Amino acid sequence: MITEIWKNSIRFIILVLLQTLIVKNIPLGAYFVPMPYLLFILMLPFETMPMVVLFLSFFTGLAVDIFYDTQGVHASACVLMGYLRFYFLRLLSPREGYEVTEKPTVQFMGNTWFLSYAVPMLLVHHLFFFYLEEFGFDDFFFTLLKTLGSTLASFVFIYIIQFLFYRKDGVLA
Amino acid sequence: MSRVRIFIDSQGLWGMRNLLNLVYRYHYFILFLVLQAICMLLIVNNRSVQSTAIFNSTNAVSANLFNAVASTKEYLSLKEENKKLAEEVAFLHNQLKSSYDILDMQAPQFMKNDSLFRKKYVFHNAQVINSSSNLNKNFLTLNIGSNQGVAKDYAIINSEGIVGVVKDVSPNFCTALSVLHTEQIINCKIKKDGVFGPLSWDGKDFRYAHLMEVPTYSKVMKGDTILTSSLSSIFPEGIMVGIVESVIRKPGEAFYTLTVKLHTDFKKLNYVTVIENKYKMEQDSLEKTLKNSEKKK
Repeated sequence: MITEIWKNSIRFIILVLLQTLIVKNIPLGAYFVPMPYLLFILMLPFETMPMVVLFLSFFTGLAVDIFYDTQGVHASACVLMGYLRFYFLRLLSPREGYEVTEKPTVQFMGNTWFLSYAVPMLLVHHLFFFYLEEFGFDDFFFTLLKTLGSTLASFVFIYIIQFLFYRKDGVLA
Repeated sequence: MSRVRIFIDSQGLWGMRNLLNLVYRYHYFILFLVLQAICMLLIVNNRSVQSTAIFNSTNAVSANLFNAVASTKEYLSLKEENKKLAEEVAFLHNQLKSSYDILDMQAPQFMKNDSLFRKKYVFHNAQVINSSSNLNKNFLTLNIGSNQGVAKDYAIINSEGIVGVVKDVSPNFCTALSVLHTEQIINCKIKKDGVFGPLSWDGKDFRYAHLMEVPTYSKVMKGDTILTSSLSSIFPEGIMVGIVESVIRKPGEAFYTLTVKLHTDFKKLNYVTVIENKYKMEQDSLEKTLKNSEKKK
């Protein structure tokens, strides 16, 4: 339990710094805005209480907001994503529930499970984020394309991070 | 008497318990709503022009982090920066009095009495330590603040052209709205004929902005230069903005909309100059009293 808290805290710091100091400066054009820091919310252990997930999502969003000068926009989208995580997990849960030893990663749950878990949540987050950032529907289709492109970019980033740093028996998992 | 009282009490308790039950059953959803409400408050607070942001990158932790990253990046772009600075030094040398030859000492145009001139613009050097260009609303963080004499609404330019306008200030840092901010409007003019209009960015391509409401009598063409106009109380007149890329007249409109290729490379911001307009306060307060008196009518 204690080690879980440490692992997640370190993951939080690394992902927020990765997002704000490195990924933010990668020029990919207006249609691709990757947000790999969302991996933190995705990778919280299965047994984390939903209330705790909500609070952690809020603080993750706020931390990124500070670096992006977008006060509240990231936080709001993250809170929505954290709120829906509970329902997505219930929807995707195997018949006998999740094992204590399992973690919400590709290595433990397989490609199909992770794809159907991460992509809808990223999509919801990005949809909400980009329309909230624009504060209206003036450029409806541009924002929609941006959402789809960014979801793809975020997922690719998250998938690569998982493959590079996480193994089933690894220290970080 | 006492029996009645107990009855009322238990009634009251029962209602209270119902409420608590409700809170307990939907606590997850209620917490979600509370957190969303906080977020919305923060967003609305940040959107109004008057207020200053509570959580922004001028705070000590993030600003120092950005500073560290910027100073490492500085080494990588030294060569290019040197070239730019050398070009600018040469340009300024060309304007020096010493680089002109005086033809006739008695000629009146060289009798320059300094007390005739009042300093209107004050320039501060600064470095961009954080910037973005792929969002709808892009911000910059600079490494100078109120201790170095910076305040809200100072203009930011670099050797290439306009960069942005200062928004929030802390003792040693400031944040600024970039030109690439969808709510930022800067008054510009066409160099050739002096026709002016508002320049704004549509949130799409960081290389292009749009100059709106250009009257159709203007003989503007592709390749014309766009400069800041004297109508802007923030920017000095005649700062480089960009080159006209295309001239479009939308059906049913009495104006041209120009696509302007911005001369500033927003992907490579490093050293910038912050400009203080000494007369801004005077001009603004005068214009405000005019507006207020118009309202009263």
